Amino acid sequence: MTTEATETTKVRPRKSRTLLMLNIGSVVAGLAIWWVLSLTGMQFPTPGEVVAAAWRMLLDGTLVTDVGASLGRVLAGFALGSVAAVLIGFLMGWYTVARGLFEPWIQFFRTIPPLAMLPLVLVLMGIGESPKIFVIFLAAFLACVISTYQGVVNVDRTLVNAARVLGAGDGTIFARVVVPASTPFILVGMRVGLGSAWGTLVAAELLAAQAGLGHRMQNAQLYYDLPTIFVGIIAIGILGLIMDRLLMLAGNKLTAWQESR
Amino acid sequence: MTTPKISVRDIQKVYPVGKEDFVALGGVSLDIADNEFVTVVGPSGCGKSTLLNILAGLEEPTGGTALVDGVPVSGPGPERGVIFQQYALFPWLTVRENVEFGLRTAKVPKDERRRRAEHFIGLVGLERFADALPKTLSGGMKQRCAIARAYAVNPSILLMDEPFGALDALTRVRLQEQLLETWSQERRTVMFITHDVDEAVFLANRVIVMAARPGRIADVIDVDLPYPRDEDMRLSPEFGNLRNRVWHSMYHQRQAKEPAQ
Repeated sequence: MTTEATETTKVRPRKSRTLLMLNIGSVVAGLAIWWVLSLTGMQFPTPGEVVAAAWRMLLDGTLVTDVGASLGRVLAGFALGSVAAVLIGFLMGWYTVARGLFEPWIQFFRTIPPLAMLPLVLVLMGIGESPKIFVIFLAAFLACVISTYQGVVNVDRTLVNAARVLGAGDGTIFARVVVPASTPFILVGMRVGLGSAWGTLVAAELLAAQAGLGHRMQNAQLYYDLPTIFVGIIAIGILGLIMDRLLMLAGNKLTAWQESR
Repeated sequence: MTTPKISVRDIQKVYPVGKEDFVALGGVSLDIADNEFVTVVGPSGCGKSTLLNILAGLEEPTGGTALVDGVPVSGPGPERGVIFQQYALFPWLTVRENVEFGLRTAKVPKDERRRRAEHFIGLVGLERFADALPKTLSGGMKQRCAIARAYAVNPSILLMDEPFGALDALTRVRLQEQLLETWSQERRTVMFITHDVDEAVFLANRVIVMAARPGRIADVIDVDLPYPRDEDMRLSPEFGNLRNRVWHSMYHQRQAKEPAQ
């Protein structure tokens, strides 16, 4: 046992360093291949051209405006969707009536990609901000609600009993046992929801928007402006990654009490 | 004659299992005096945990009554503390916060809460771990924390459901001694469930031996050994005789019929 333990502690940092080296090597190789392809007749812009385009867009302010517009939409939709999902997920897990009423609708709409609702939503809500936020809201909500509900249903009965024998009523059990116990499930749901919201956002902007990363790429497509499209793709990837990591960090903080993962 | 602390009158508990009914408890009657330490032993399926849950107010009997201080049990109450085999500590709360849980529920003012938590954490010897999360504690420490938590709300009865069942032999013996020490300082009426004959004899004033199918009391054996009890007593011939009697009445129970296939 002990020898095994010391071995794993010795091996782990070396292994993670190897992994990091491989990660970096892979990214460098990918960039190199991109460069080679762009020089050998493929229609790609070179990395240099993309960086230049990004610099230009940063200087004339379009990049900041677009990122701001996209982030604003995704954060609004994601926040609304998460709050609604947590509320409804708790109701469904706690009250059989709520479960019976909500479940068929959620199961039905879960099978529809939120983007498929866009034509309808555009007709009903016009072309302002609200239809896009609504579709993002839907994406985040549907991804998170089932997970929250599962979390509430899976709360350890013994913990609920322990609270009851310590004199806790339903309200206390809910606030001090059910909510913390289902936090890990909610956070997983929120991460999935964020990914889903981000994906939906860009597609929604491709279809109907006056600003935003998706809109910029759509516009660039008309002018055969490949560097701008590349800037858009990379910005979307980096922003998505940053948001996911932030949420993961917050999650690790909130669920540090978990036995193991 | 004074009213017994706990009085169980012809308690029955029948679970419907398929077409046939499973009789977990088939008419059990039992009196426990104030400040008595009673252990209940029996094979699995004899309904010992069911009996405890009924007294805790976590399950309802299908027949008969359970009285505490002459009042029928209806639901859990802070005068009956329960200690579970699976510890049932709230993993997101520190040792201190776990111990304070019942006091917060009872709206005990903060200073008083602190003071009482300190006292019982000290009583079980966890002062150094007051701010630790349960995941960092060993099984024995977790159960000591659970004992402190149950004591903190000042119950007159402690119901313990195989609390040391998941621990290794040495830790188990240590905790038995500590429990008796705690009990001698803070006398309570204790009903302690176990399947370990040694443990049953070592702790109790009186050992209740139960039998299965239907769940019933097979034998009651008085343990007239003086407290405090120690390791020497465990090795004494008197102890050996009592253990043999308990073991005998458990082993030579009327052969239970296996359920029909």
